Amino acid sequence: MAVLTYREAVRAALSEEIERDENVVLMGEEVAQFNGAYKVSEGMLEKYGPKRVVDTPISEAGFIGMGVGASMLGVRPVMELMFWSFYSVAFDQILNNAANVRYMSGGQISCPIVIRGPANGGTNVGATHSHTPENVLANHPGIKVVVPSTPADAKGLLKSAIRDNDPVMFLENTILYGEKGEVSDDPEFLIPLGVADVKREGSDLTIVTYGRCVLHSLKAAEVLEKEHDVSVEIVDLRTIRPLDIDTVLKSVAKTHRVLIVEEQKPFASVGSQLSHMIQREAFDELDGPIHRLATIDAPAIYSPPVEVEQLPNPDRVVKAALAALA
Amino acid sequence: MSKKSTNTADVASSGSEKAPINAQLSPDAKIELYRQMVRIRRFEERSLRAYQAKKIGGFLHLYIGQEAVCVGSCSLMGKDDHVITAYRDHGHAMAVGMDTKPLMAELYGKATGCSKGKGGSMHYFAPDKNYWGGHGIVGGQIPLGAGLAYALKYKGLKGCALAFMGDGAVNQGAVHEAYNLAALWNLPVIFVIENNGYSMGTSQERSSAGPGLAQRAEAYGMAWGTCFGHDLYEVRATMDKFMTRAREESKPAVVEIDTYRYRGHSVADPDKTYRTREEVEEYRKTKDPINLFQEKLKSEKVLTDDLIEKIDAEARAEADLAAEFAEASPFPTPDDIQTDVYWEADNADKRASKGRLFFD
Ligand SMILES: Cc1ncc(C[n+]2csc(CCOP(=O)(O)OP(=O)(O)O)c2C)c(N)n1
Ligand SMILES: [Mg+2]
Repeated sequence: MAVLTYREAVRAALSEEIERDENVVLMGEEVAQFNGAYKVSEGMLEKYGPKRVVDTPISEAGFIGMGVGASMLGVRPVMELMFWSFYSVAFDQILNNAANVRYMSGGQISCPIVIRGPANGGTNVGATHSHTPENVLANHPGIKVVVPSTPADAKGLLKSAIRDNDPVMFLENTILYGEKGEVSDDPEFLIPLGVADVKREGSDLTIVTYGRCVLHSLKAAEVLEKEHDVSVEIVDLRTIRPLDIDTVLKSVAKTHRVLIVEEQKPFASVGSQLSHMIQREAFDELDGPIHRLATIDAPAIYSPPVEVEQLPNPDRVVKAALAALA
Repeated sequence: MSKKSTNTADVASSGSEKAPINAQLSPDAKIELYRQMVRIRRFEERSLRAYQAKKIGGFLHLYIGQEAVCVGSCSLMGKDDHVITAYRDHGHAMAVGMDTKPLMAELYGKATGCSKGKGGSMHYFAPDKNYWGGHGIVGGQIPLGAGLAYALKYKGLKGCALAFMGDGAVNQGAVHEAYNLAALWNLPVIFVIENNGYSMGTSQERSSAGPGLAQRAEAYGMAWGTCFGHDLYEVRATMDKFMTRAREESKPAVVEIDTYRYRGHSVADPDKTYRTREEVEEYRKTKDPINLFQEKLKSEKVLTDDLIEKIDAEARAEADLAAEFAEASPFPTPDDIQTDVYWEADNADKRASKGRLFFD
């Protein structure tokens, strides 16, 4: 065990897998010589050389598509998107090619690619750079989607993602890169995809969440406990697809009240899917309607103090939790 | 890795001051061009200080060093000429005549900003000045530039569109698709590559194959040119040629303008991994567009030391005033988050559709 930042945990996963498997290659804009736009890959070029850590031109459709093609022949590319927001430039490669090739070939072809990078708002970079596409990605069967909230989860899940034989979309968060936590240094430390994690136990309300909203929810839970005598259980999905609905349902059966917290635009979001599944499978367990706190429904505003209010934040979580309990 | 020079004569004086478009300039017009560059420089330096004082969030991509490109190009605009660019957009915004107060206020995220604090540094717009942004996705604005030209042609207007991009943007698929459409349909658009040698920390040699960036136009049967972009006269002479051709003959072109940025890619770039201090200093000393133009105008006896001093002081004062205005302005409120999303929501009395527009 060591205390690592989220950034270091991602780097550790990448490094260990590059060392373990000669087919793993890290590729993306500014990952090598510049040490990564967010310094995730700092020092890796020096350590592993230009065959394993590769700078690309600004050609997302080209290099992601190239990675998909290479993965069909057994290379295991880990492609960094400087921001997940730029996935739109490579949409066809990811969601037509990577997602469908196995199916259309009748299972003859696998696509063991990982596409990773930050996907979050909250840094005042405006509407073009603040997309959170986990719902869009998860809407495509054939694709797996992971959104880790802690350094340990980031490491264990990324290692599993790299070893996975399906295309895995791995969504990090620029604001979490500096967060610290205990992380195992066992090279076989793997967290399987599709296993949620109860980040806090409680009895009055279940908050289902993932990514940075886990941290907001944990802060809100403290306030709810101290100031409102409410005991909150927090389920961190960790993986959006495959989805561990059983852990969610188990918690609902315990608390009977649900709040979903997500940094997503509300329409057809991950929370929409969850609400449907919870009401369908645990209708009798519910003591009230399922509540949801999402990003306020508009493109991401630039103005720094207002962006804080557009996104979920601990205050908004507290208010939403009290509404869910009313 | 060092900056690769565009295949132009690497000298500031190529006789471009004698080109008719420059020869016809009055002394006052020349002074105004000089003043524009100085105003942009001072505005951006002031914005950098505001950023360092944490008044500005997100990214700030400074144009410092490239001023001759936008001032030279935009000074040629007629009433039906239009401009679009990427996120390094402050210079173009001022060159088309946007006021510095709302520009600074936008950086501060204030409701008085040119986009009401909604867009930020990368997303300036002024359709009333034929300025269509301000775009954050590399290369994404280039098809829009072709679209502006399409609209001009469609409406029978004798104008042209200037679609600016960086040297890194040329490798985006959307750029090539736009090239093909523009050439295929003879759209009056000039694709302007501001080649400052680097896309973030990647030099041109490490990102682009082939002999030159503009030359790729040949594959589409498009005209192309290059130009020494540190010299305002030369920018004007080169751009005038292609803009006139676009307006008169409705023909697209690619122009690659050699330029340089002194600051990091954005304020967040430590600027240590891809070029040397000496290289930056060399450009500053020998190719600064403001210095070069100042020397020319002094030798032409258009500028005096007193006037230079005065222009500089006024530009600094203007930038300070813009910062004061921004500082004193209110932020938008959370209620503003959901305005300006749909025309119909903002014009509820004229709404024709039914159903819910917003969700929670
Ligand atoms: C599609 C996309 N990919 C990556 C980025 C991140 N990014 C922003 S600017 C930039 C470099 C662009 O360089 P260049 O086109 O030369 O323009 P310059 O910054 O030099 O003006 C990169 C990689 C982005 N904004 N959009
Ligand atoms: Mg560049």
